[in-house]
Amino acid sequence: MWTFVHKLGSPKWSYAICGRLQPFFWVAALILLPIGTVWSLAISPPDYQMGDSYRIIYVHVPSAILAQSVFVAMALASAVFLIWKIKVADMAASVMAPFGAAMTALGLFSGSLWGVPTWGTWWTWDARLTSMLIQLFLYIGVIALRGAFGRGDQGAKAVAVLTLVGVVNIPIIKYSVVWWNTLHQPATFSLTERPAMPASMWMPLLVMVLGFYALFIALTLYRLRNELIRRESRARWVQALAD
Amino acid sequence: MAVKVSLRASRLACERDDRWLFRALDLRVEDGDILRIEGANGSGKTTLLKLLTGQLPPTEGRIEWHGEPLARSREAFLSQLLYVGHAPGVSAALTAQENLAWAAAMAGVRAPVPDLERALEAVGLAGFEDIPARQLSAGQRRRIALARLELVPRPLWILDEPFTAIDREGVAWLERRLVAHGDAGGAVVMTTHHTFHANGRVDSLLLGEAA
Amino acid sequence: MSANSGGSTTGRGEEIGLWAGCVAQVRRELKIARRRGGDLVNPLMFLALVVVLFPLGISPEPDLLASVAPGLLWVAALLAMLLSLDGLFRGDHEDGSLEQMLLSPLPLPVLCLAKVVVHWLLTGLPLALCAPLLGVLLALPGAGYLALMLSLALGTATLSLIGAIGAALTVGLPRGGVLLSLLVLPLYIPVLIFGAGAVKAAIEGGMAGPALALLGALLALALAAAPFAIAGGLRISVNG
Repeated sequence: MWTFVHKLGSPKWSYAICGRLQPFFWVAALILLPIGTVWSLAISPPDYQMGDSYRIIYVHVPSAILAQSVFVAMALASAVFLIWKIKVADMAASVMAPFGAAMTALGLFSGSLWGVPTWGTWWTWDARLTSMLIQLFLYIGVIALRGAFGRGDQGAKAVAVLTLVGVVNIPIIKYSVVWWNTLHQPATFSLTERPAMPASMWMPLLVMVLGFYALFIALTLYRLRNELIRRESRARWVQALAD
Repeated sequence: MAVKVSLRASRLACERDDRWLFRALDLRVEDGDILRIEGANGSGKTTLLKLLTGQLPPTEGRIEWHGEPLARSREAFLSQLLYVGHAPGVSAALTAQENLAWAAAMAGVRAPVPDLERALEAVGLAGFEDIPARQLSAGQRRRIALARLELVPRPLWILDEPFTAIDREGVAWLERRLVAHGDAGGAVVMTTHHTFHANGRVDSLLLGEAA
Repeated sequence: MSANSGGSTTGRGEEIGLWAGCVAQVRRELKIARRRGGDLVNPLMFLALVVVLFPLGISPEPDLLASVAPGLLWVAALLAMLLSLDGLFRGDHEDGSLEQMLLSPLPLPVLCLAKVVVHWLLTGLPLALCAPLLGVLLALPGAGYLALMLSLALGTATLSLIGAIGAALTVGLPRGGVLLSLLVLPLYIPVLIFGAGAVKAAIEGGMAGPALALLGALLALALAAAPFAIAGGLRISVNG
């Protein structure tokens, strides 16, 4: 176990293992996403209530799931960084943040697009959309704090603490927003809390979710390799790589 | 008499922001030692003090207090340590005496008023007890910080640039005080460019050459 | 200066307990705040001014004001708390006092908690006590006053604790103020929701109890966890 943790901590080894794993996830993403897209847009049946407009959930749901998963992944990486002082974990957290923010923004955008045919407005203070908006601010806070410190150990630690504080707060925020929502609005029908979907509808959704995950992992590995090279540019193994 | 101070660092290395400040540094501080750490700006003097006070973990190597890793004997270590940093730790809104009383409380030591007055008198601040630090000069504020040396009895002193801002008389006093502390069996570690009169009494460590 | 050649100190070095350390910390904070003066009054003035802006900006219509008063008072109080946070550790960081706290044999989270308690006593509690006056300006219905004070007293304590984490993380940065609000405001949202919810519930004849209980739960959680995060943040800001 310990040698494994230590190996993970070695930038050179991480670089190699990222390179080895990367192709699998790229291939998975490139297979799953087109299949999911075609399946969900063309093959699955239209909804009896919402017609074709419901199809936006095939983007909205995966991006919403990723928005949360990425933050949890960042928090795990931050904890590893703070406890074992493994720099690679911090680099991983730092390359994940923009992707997570992008997914949150995509979730918000698709949610508001969906609002037009359903609620007749671009924005409604639906519990899910509201907590997503707050999530976006959490991402922006993490990215801004890293930006304010610049590159360096101090900023990395500060961002890790903030990420952990954020991840503790996410369930509290979600709960409070749901509480607030029931206080102010009669339950409208929401994007995802719907009666059981037939398999012909949720199967493509599952494919899309898996595709998004594959894309996330592939991109993270790819960007982590770049980050490793940039931060370790003076190390011998990087010099050797360049030659 | 039991050994009061035993601080050892072996194969110490520190990497900050992807740059090695020093590597394979060994040092040993025991009763009676006065150690001066020298080096150019940015050579890692303050960082070394942060490692020796347990504020930062070293990247490599180990620091031991009485044979125990510093991280594990933290509380016992801190209750034997007196640290005066680069900034004096004196709040401008408080009077000299209030500042000193708070510093003593932070060190976990009881400080009755007569003791506070005696300590301030020893650093030449008699009559300034009730003046807010805002109205004192930089040198006088540093003297408030140095009054802790008189007030809080601790065997190990770690001082970051203690000679800055004080006048010639103060420098002479501080020098005598440091040597007296060493002679009484205490130990001093400090960063400074100051050259001692009693230079033979002082060991030096030069940073920034090995890297 | 006297030549103390014996090398002995004047102090006797009797050790004091954690409690005495906290008392010293609290007394120091109170003294500093008293001498600065403005710290106590400024958040209150800010709250009053913001509250005055709303009738001028929206409408003096009492019914309209009464319906938005709970949320408005809460938002204004939250911003007042936020503004007072930036200076929480800044002075101590600049003059080196923070370093002394970090190197104290007393546990840092407890010393931080003592500081935060004083911050709440000097900002949150006065806000809670004065909010009813501003409630009158906003035509807050009579049933809401008790809930307003209780929710503010409980909620601002949580705001102090959460905000101190942000203040600790940004104290070393030259322009920490705006960044601090960006970090802290999203984390304030649950307190705002439950706080304003309690007042609203009281006005509408419902029970303020559940919302107040939730505020209490948030405070308990913050009391248990925040001091450690604050201490961690300060160690990072001071030592890098």
